[in-house]
Amino acid sequence: MNFSSLDLNSIWFVLIGVLFTGYAMLDGFDLGIGALHLFTKRDEERRILLNAIGPVWDGNEVWLVTGGGALFAAFPNVYATVFSGFYFAFVLLLVALIFRAVAIEFRSKQPMHWWRRMWDVGFSTGSVLSSVLIGVAMGNIAWGIPLDGRGEFTGTFWALLGPYPLLLGVTTVALFMMHGAIYALIKTEGELRDRLKGWINNTIVFFIICYAVTTMATLLYVPHMAARVRANPWLFSIAVLNMLAIANIPREIHRGRDHRAFISSCVAMIALMGLFGLEMYPNLVLSKPVPENSLNIHNAASSQKTLGIMLTIALIGVPVVLAYTVSIYWIFRGKVKLDRMSY
Amino acid sequence: MDVLTLSRIQFTLTISFHYIYPPLSIGLGIMLVLMEGLWLKTGNSIYHQMARYWTKVFALTFAMGVATGIVMEFEFGTNWATYSRYVGDVFGSALAAEGIFAFFLESGFLAVLLFGWEKVGRKMHFFATCMVCLGAHFSAIWIVVANSWMQTPAGFHIVGEGLNARAEITDFWAMVLSPSSMDRLFHTLCGAWQAGAFLVVSVSAWYLLKDKHKDFARNSLRLGLFVGLIASLLQLVSGHKSAQGVAKNQPVKLAAFEGLYETTGHAPLTMFGWVDQKNERVVGPQIPGMLSFLAHSDVNAPVKGLREAAPTEKDRPPINVTFQLFHLMVGIGFGMIAISSVGFLYFWRGSLFEKRWMLWLLVLSVLGPQIANQAGWFAAEVGRQPWIVQGLLRTSAGVSAVIRANTVLSAIILFTSVYVLLFAVFVYLLNHKIQHGPEEADLIPAGKLALPLKGAS
Repeated sequence: MNFSSLDLNSIWFVLIGVLFTGYAMLDGFDLGIGALHLFTKRDEERRILLNAIGPVWDGNEVWLVTGGGALFAAFPNVYATVFSGFYFAFVLLLVALIFRAVAIEFRSKQPMHWWRRMWDVGFSTGSVLSSVLIGVAMGNIAWGIPLDGRGEFTGTFWALLGPYPLLLGVTTVALFMMHGAIYALIKTEGELRDRLKGWINNTIVFFIICYAVTTMATLLYVPHMAARVRANPWLFSIAVLNMLAIANIPREIHRGRDHRAFISSCVAMIALMGLFGLEMYPNLVLSKPVPENSLNIHNAASSQKTLGIMLTIALIGVPVVLAYTVSIYWIFRGKVKLDRMSY
Repeated sequence: MDVLTLSRIQFTLTISFHYIYPPLSIGLGIMLVLMEGLWLKTGNSIYHQMARYWTKVFALTFAMGVATGIVMEFEFGTNWATYSRYVGDVFGSALAAEGIFAFFLESGFLAVLLFGWEKVGRKMHFFATCMVCLGAHFSAIWIVVANSWMQTPAGFHIVGEGLNARAEITDFWAMVLSPSSMDRLFHTLCGAWQAGAFLVVSVSAWYLLKDKHKDFARNSLRLGLFVGLIASLLQLVSGHKSAQGVAKNQPVKLAAFEGLYETTGHAPLTMFGWVDQKNERVVGPQIPGMLSFLAHSDVNAPVKGLREAAPTEKDRPPINVTFQLFHLMVGIGFGMIAISSVGFLYFWRGSLFEKRWMLWLLVLSVLGPQIANQAGWFAAEVGRQPWIVQGLLRTSAGVSAVIRANTVLSAIILFTSVYVLLFAVFVYLLNHKIQHGPEEADLIPAGKLALPLKGAS
């Protein structure tokens, strides 16, 4: 296909954003349920929560894998700089994701108490650590990291754990916990569901506090991440949409409309990622203290030819992917019932 | 040790551990499609029982494959950043295509395969099984395409100079269909089919030896042996084609496979032996003219030796290691043909289930494809050294510039401990599954599955 009239670099900036937003919306609730896992006490409740995500978590994780692959193909310099620069953080993320994955699969295979306990801890720790590290990575990208003239990272692992990135890490956990609790509400019934309703309020409060602190910290210490909204006040509507979406969650839950609450939570995530993308554009990784070394959609991108090929692949692949993702969620709709195939 | 050596160790460790599982998923995928297909066709519920049992084994290998696979996706960036910048334009596209076309398909329909038995009808379930199997094969296609580009780069040009040089695609299909990609894909798939088939064979033979689940075991063994034999025979054809491709496109690697130093017409094939790297010669029994014949279909054709193809030591891979790995793979390949043919012969005569020594051999046969798959990939990758992208970029130039040796060492220690734990748990659970055996209840399909098909019953 011929895309020569299009700004492929910007399109891929958006598409990478779409992939990571998709990941946050989908695997976000898996990780959130993981973070909530240890708060449930009875084995049956834990199994219900695991089976709520059982058929879908694996496909949700593919959004991250594909996002990584797309980043590699569209912006190889970002992929190379971020992954090698955040080396140890990514190794920890990988170990965390490994434990999350195998814990889901292995836990139910044996009845022993110690066995289940071990994988419960693995599942929960893996989920929380993954969420924190994803937030920390985003925090660093927004805060700015030291890059040299070739775009190579010149900092250390410990320098990545600054207060602002850590704050974003905690906020991500809070966001995913809220999101996961809502998803769990859709999939459960009876006493567990009633208890989850109580938790949702706590997770919403937790998230709103984190969100408020993050917003203030951003305005005070990371002004470049609010510059575009300041210059174009109408963009403030996205922030308003975000707040309305969050405010809508307790309202929908109160009326028993769990699905709408979930959609609200997704809208909040889209708005957050939208703001993040708007403020970053056209940069992909900000350099600090030498802003000229930042990686942007031009100096980090693959050739026009490759971006065009990738767009063709995306145009063929994405509709198909969406079609069967929707069918899978449809097949497994409704409340979780434990049977002999369950985890 | 330096960052380069440590990064190579880390990559070897993570990729070899990962590669235990995907071939099993691909091979078991085919087996599941056949089992469920036979069930749909014949209505015989023994096939339903088989499909249900092997699905559980499949789930275990799949989970391990996914968990260890995500490491691979990120490791190019973490440890091989310079390589990633150099090849991202080309290699990244194949990885992204793998995600879009293969992983989504596989993981989406996996849900129906594992949890959908009583939620969807028979045909829909069979469709899901086929899609999972297809997804597994697609993922093999894209990853082998990506790797083959590193062996025989095509469809690209180099832009920029020095540190800023990088490869960019000029022709997508020439890149995908690089000179070695289709031969290597076929070779990899045959190895994967063997891995799946011989796992089924091995477990079934074990049941027969223990006098358990006999009906189940006989049917599984028959099907496994059938697929195993076909895959082993196809592997011979594909191995031969692959080697001819190596002779043509990567003469240094072929010379290393055979320990051939001097360019010779009527070149001999060394059956097994040792490469004396110091004196540049190979010791072992040889078949005269055979290498020339296999590589170029002509007993007198000259085969390039290392002295001509790679005159200096720094352009050569470690010869003896490559030689041994290659010969190990080939040896096992022939072994698998022998085992499956003899097994099939006895089965044909009706005496297989009484021959205990043969059943024992079949129990052990599961190790064959695993060792050969590993040895084959090691030979392919070690044999390409010192290049990370053949002729374009040296492995030593591809490593990340900013990582430190002790950080990589910590990562290796971390991955090793996690993988040892995972492997122990995997073996424990697999053994548990095998000891438990198939469910008798699966002989009477329930729920939506119980509906008789038109024409069957």
